[in-house]
Amino acid sequence: MTETPDPTPPPTYRRDGIVLGAAVGLFGITFGVLAVAAGLTVAQTSAMSVLVFTGASQFAVVGIVAAGGSSAAALASSLLLAARNGIYGLALHRHIGGSRPRRLLAAQFVIDESTALALGQEDRRHTEPAFWVAGLAVFTFWNLGTVVGALGGAALGDPEAWGLDAAFPAGFLVLMRPHIATRAGKIAAASGALIALVSVPLLPAGAPIIAGALGAAVALLVVGPTPHTDRPSDQGPSERGEPT
Amino acid sequence: MSWWVIIALAGGAYAFKAIGLLAFDARPPSPRVVRALSLLPPALLGALIITQTVAVDTSIVLDARAAGVGAGALVAIVWRRVPFLMVLLVAAGVTALVRAVT
Repeated sequence: MTETPDPTPPPTYRRDGIVLGAAVGLFGITFGVLAVAAGLTVAQTSAMSVLVFTGASQFAVVGIVAAGGSSAAALASSLLLAARNGIYGLALHRHIGGSRPRRLLAAQFVIDESTALALGQEDRRHTEPAFWVAGLAVFTFWNLGTVVGALGGAALGDPEAWGLDAAFPAGFLVLMRPHIATRAGKIAAASGALIALVSVPLLPAGAPIIAGALGAAVALLVVGPTPHTDRPSDQGPSERGEPT
Repeated sequence: MSWWVIIALAGGAYAFKAIGLLAFDARPPSPRVVRALSLLPPALLGALIITQTVAVDTSIVLDARAAGVGAGALVAIVWRRVPFLMVLLVAAGVTALVRAVT
């Protein structure tokens, strides 16, 4: 009698996806609190988490408006931030199958966490289910957290007395971390910050952030368009449950 | 905030996600474009952090926010796997504290 033990360990993506989702739920609470503090209604805050569903862009649009920037500047910056989901979509492209409606639905769940968990699977058969588990778990918890935070935030009172205006940049600091693992990322971040700082007295509020996008061009010029050494973390959002 | 901003952002964000997943069946974009796009988040986040820490409209002001964000950054550097919420609480707490005593 021949024993053929299964060499592949049981997949852990279900548990990982749910843990990831629960962690993101905490950031959803933060988003809800900050959005209401910035003047959004509870309905707008929740609608944003359901419809936009990409955390960094949501934090950006709310943060820029809260800091006195125009809607146009807020929208432009957050759309530029959302552009990276296009890269994730490309990376997931050949793994997400099924009918066109199914893939159109899948598109809404293309975010840092689902991409990281899906592409992190060693066994390619687990890539697609991992994507769906992470995407749906993050979506569920992010939205639950948003509602809780928005309702709770409405009861807080003056946001500045709680220092909540400083919570935005502090949050972006954490969000930035996986993106500055490479040299190009560090240069992009530093040049973006410098360009924005210099343009604060020159441009209307909000516009310096869009100008900061040029930091990406600076990094491309300095490091070159195709280094082989630091690809993975460019593609790779972290799996640490940082909101996106 | 106007609902139009939310609707426009939702449409734009979805378009980016769907383009990557569905639209490049035939010809994927060049690695150069992919790389440029991947460097946008750090550049924009750097710009967001600095302006929200030291800018008030069109002037540069060092106030309680700088102290709070600095404290948050310090925690994030020292404690590498610090929970997101902890950094926020430190930054907000220090900012509120500096405001309360000044």
